[in-house]
Amino acid sequence: RTYTDEEFDELCFEFGVELDEITSDREEAAKSSTSKLSKKELAKFSDAVIYKIDVPANRYDLLCVEGLSRAIKIFLNDMDAPTYQVKKPAGDEATTATKMTVEKVNTDTIRPFVVCAILRDITFTQERYNSFIDLQDQLHRNLCRQRTLVAIGTHDLDSVQGPFKYDARKPSDIQFVPLTPDDKGSFAAPDLLHFYETDPAAKHLKPYVPIIKDSPLYPVVLDANDTVMSLPPIINGSQSKITLQTKNVFIECTATDLTKANIVLDTVVAMFSEYCAAPFEVEPVTVEYQDENGSLVDSYVTPLMYTRREKATVEYCNSMNGIQLTGDEMVTLCNKVQLGPATLCDDGKVLEVTVPPTRSDILHAVDIAEDVGIAYGYNNIVKKIPNTNTVGGEQPLNKLGDLLRDEIGRAGYMEVLTHGLCSIRDNFTALGRAVGPAVSLSNPANVEYQVVRTTLLPGLLKTLQHNKSASFTQGFKLFEISDVVLPDNEWVVTDTIVGSKNARRVCAVYAGPTSGFEIIHGLVDRIMTLCEVAPEDEYMANSAKSKEEEYRVSKEGWTYTIAELDSTDTVAGTYFPGRAAAVLLTSPESGKRIQIGTFGIIHPDVLNNFDIQYPSSCMEIDLEALL
Amino acid sequence: ATIEDTFPWSDEVKIDHKSIVGAVKSLLVDEYVASSDLSASFFTLSKEGEGILANGSQEILVLQALIEAGKLSIKDLQQKVGKDVSKIGMGNCMKNKWAKKDGGDLVPVKTMDEVTDDVQAALKTLSDADGAANGMDDKVVTGLKKRKLISQVTRKSFKVTRGPQYAPTRVKKAADLTKEMLDSGAWKTTPFKPYNFTTLGEKVGGGYLHPLLKVRAEFRQILMEMGFNEMPTNKWVESSFWNFDTLFQPQSHPARDAHDTFFIKEPASTVSVPEEYYERVKKMHEVGGDGSIGYRYDFKREEAFKNLLRTHTTAVSSQMLYKLANQEGGFTPQKYFSIDRVFRNETMDATHLCEFHQVEGLVADYDLSLGDLIGTIETFFKKIGITQLRFKPAFNPYTEPSMEIFGYHPDLKKWTEIGNSGMFRPEMLRPMGLPENVRVIAWGLSLERPTMIKYRINNIRDLFGHKVELARTRTAPVCRFDSVLESDQ
Repeated sequence: RTYTDEEFDELCFEFGVELDEITSDREEAAKSSTSKLSKKELAKFSDAVIYKIDVPANRYDLLCVEGLSRAIKIFLNDMDAPTYQVKKPAGDEATTATKMTVEKVNTDTIRPFVVCAILRDITFTQERYNSFIDLQDQLHRNLCRQRTLVAIGTHDLDSVQGPFKYDARKPSDIQFVPLTPDDKGSFAAPDLLHFYETDPAAKHLKPYVPIIKDSPLYPVVLDANDTVMSLPPIINGSQSKITLQTKNVFIECTATDLTKANIVLDTVVAMFSEYCAAPFEVEPVTVEYQDENGSLVDSYVTPLMYTRREKATVEYCNSMNGIQLTGDEMVTLCNKVQLGPATLCDDGKVLEVTVPPTRSDILHAVDIAEDVGIAYGYNNIVKKIPNTNTVGGEQPLNKLGDLLRDEIGRAGYMEVLTHGLCSIRDNFTALGRAVGPAVSLSNPANVEYQVVRTTLLPGLLKTLQHNKSASFTQGFKLFEISDVVLPDNEWVVTDTIVGSKNARRVCAVYAGPTSGFEIIHGLVDRIMTLCEVAPEDEYMANSAKSKEEEYRVSKEGWTYTIAELDSTDTVAGTYFPGRAAAVLLTSPESGKRIQIGTFGIIHPDVLNNFDIQYPSSCMEIDLEALL
Repeated sequence: ATIEDTFPWSDEVKIDHKSIVGAVKSLLVDEYVASSDLSASFFTLSKEGEGILANGSQEILVLQALIEAGKLSIKDLQQKVGKDVSKIGMGNCMKNKWAKKDGGDLVPVKTMDEVTDDVQAALKTLSDADGAANGMDDKVVTGLKKRKLISQVTRKSFKVTRGPQYAPTRVKKAADLTKEMLDSGAWKTTPFKPYNFTTLGEKVGGGYLHPLLKVRAEFRQILMEMGFNEMPTNKWVESSFWNFDTLFQPQSHPARDAHDTFFIKEPASTVSVPEEYYERVKKMHEVGGDGSIGYRYDFKREEAFKNLLRTHTTAVSSQMLYKLANQEGGFTPQKYFSIDRVFRNETMDATHLCEFHQVEGLVADYDLSLGDLIGTIETFFKKIGITQLRFKPAFNPYTEPSMEIFGYHPDLKKWTEIGNSGMFRPEMLRPMGLPENVRVIAWGLSLERPTMIKYRINNIRDLFGHKVELARTRTAPVCRFDSVLESDQ
């Protein structure tokens, strides 16, 4: 049957892949903004329809058109899942071509493992060849983690001579003609790496150079005549290059992670053995590890084409998905999702499925249950509301924060939401403060992300800076309630110490024709009133006794006062001398005055650093102290 | 009782015309008078024009001087008639062929009788007609304008008649009700001006809350209505252990690359983790257990101890579930939620920032199913007005099954991905010590995306950070959704 684009989209959705875009090379070229192409130039690009499909990150078998179309055909019951066969050839070949010897002592220093396979009598077309290369690229990108974990090398078996060797040798001893560049003859390995690092034409290989560059030994795959087949994980030799005419393919995957190497090899074999004279058949290679004396220390045969039987109870699959299927129905569904042949055992209570080598994602019965669910169709599952009876609630700190946000908004302040990451300059020096402890990032994307802020003030000042054109005649008021992060080696959460602690702050600024010191001072008093903290009598002594005071409600033992900020305080540099105050809180817990914040007129140098043209005042206090 | 034209009338009554115009306009508002617009167009003489009217044109003055002297050098001429007159007059004399050059000197060609001062004559005609150019040759008028001797003036005046509210004495209408009027009772007799109903009211001033945080407040409210309990997420720095390992995310997973995650330079390493649990997590990764084959690789302590900025709030969910499993009296069913910041080392564009807010909800109970998850997700999205949902099979390292949530968005009028969901893997839950049939269903979404749709914001930089347009905050409406109540159905 033929599918319309909409029907195909629907099919993809049900199967669990996403039809991202329908396009063509020509359309892509036309869209490219880097160069405007003429109609004539565009005509050179193919207008063959390309379906761009997003596949789940753990389904390596869907990374090429062979695997994806096979999986969808099986999903539609249009074909049966293939059975992969590892078949040893008869006669002499078994002992020569199909052996790989590893010099373990050497390879252990840089890239310990190798696994191999041979595809016999394969037929390539241009399309198949492209897909073969493309799959390797895709695998290198994700599962192989940019070739650090696994690197795939594929070779024309007939151009080299088995048995093969995997060794690690002194870089200068490795000399060969590489695939790239193809016109500059033979290179010694160090020169070749230098070429890749420096030549723009080889920039696609540059990222892999550091993987081995500084190693005393470089990994190398050789044939019986010491011909270099590959310098993993970087480049193959030109001698064993695959062409459309290649009939027999030797695949080697060198690795630092043996499990992943097997998954990669099995995937490549499962996908492309389809094009062998005997489809889905592969020839094994014996890998032997020997020590410095040439004694055998380990050996195995690859590819594993690891097929296993896994069990999940019918009840579990039903219960996980919230469906009610019979065992027999599940068996049918399993065949759709490449878990066939599936059978029932234990009186039909247990589902036993076959996990093919392409389904390395199956780790647990839960993965079988999921596939049953997918085959059944998520959108066919009957929804229900869980019977879990719980009482909703909120974090006291978040609740206090939200209540204060409302109140400060009512007091005429505009709320802003600024970034938690900032530069060292903004967080310290521009505020007139010495660079102090802060959580710093090891891989900042740019200078704006050097540290996690230890104060909310830079975000507010930068907001002022970006609103120069606003009217300041009535005074400009901003506030934010959010977190800063402070280094703290003792803070324990869930039996874990990471070395830092979040602190919730409330910060506000005023900018206007005059500094607004009293306005910010008033906000501090207001926040204390809202948090049920009473001013100390002495602090109020010079205030006009307002009748309002009679109605004040405050918590027993909670009082506050303010005092001129000590000029040695770490934040004193932010303020105009003599116009900076410390907010001192006494709580029943502390029993004494503790500084929980500061406020004052912002120092003109600081204003200048943030390009602010109006006198300003600010406050910042620790909200957690008021909980 | 009609003033035919206020302009001549202003002369009669000896009041400045401008004052009269002001008075008429004021009376018009209260309809004491009616008026029709008059306009008169006429010319006035420039200073230079006035000079010519009095003394003759520059060319006449130059010719006269030449005739008187017989011949003059340019310098002498300038001295005689002045620099300005000489310059213009000389040019026009030459053009009219009244004078010619003779070596360095100018000599007259015509006598005074042979020429006429047309310019002076034209100015006189205009002046005599009070600036009216009626019957004058257009070319002449244009010529005078070109020489900037005259300029056109349009004068507005009114014809004024009695209006519908005409009264012999004017009573001024009040613009507003005042305290004095209340005190004196004058409001009873004071006529009020009509109110202009086609202007906006005064700006209210006051403070404003940020749109994203308004949505956060609404989402918190919704989740609490659904019985969810808020998790303490005020912890931005996490160990890789809690952010990845406990979630059964393998140590070689691409999300753990520096390309995706912000790692911490200082403090670079976690100081301590719960060791017994650490061992169970390590074992699950390396060899599996509880029915799982594990990932089969060497689990590295230094990788687990790398500090980072949390990439998801699930790092906290994991800790909450661990605590739930190990609390006194053992596991009890729970529903948790959080809305807080997460950090990704992503390429920033119109929809991606390095930090954003994640909304997360989870239910932990015995024997939960995908059906429970779908039902819970539907309940939540109904409350924010999204009623049509579809679920796509998906992959998350720590959930199985996993579903992407697609919704038909009533504002966007199309299907779009609106969240992610799944059931936490047994490999994550079992090492925590949760009973075997306890399952955890969870879903998550970003807070920014629904906010951007709700407040019609196209670029995330206009929502988050110091560069946002504050006018957007000032104009943002309250956050309410077309929630569908269960009782409506």
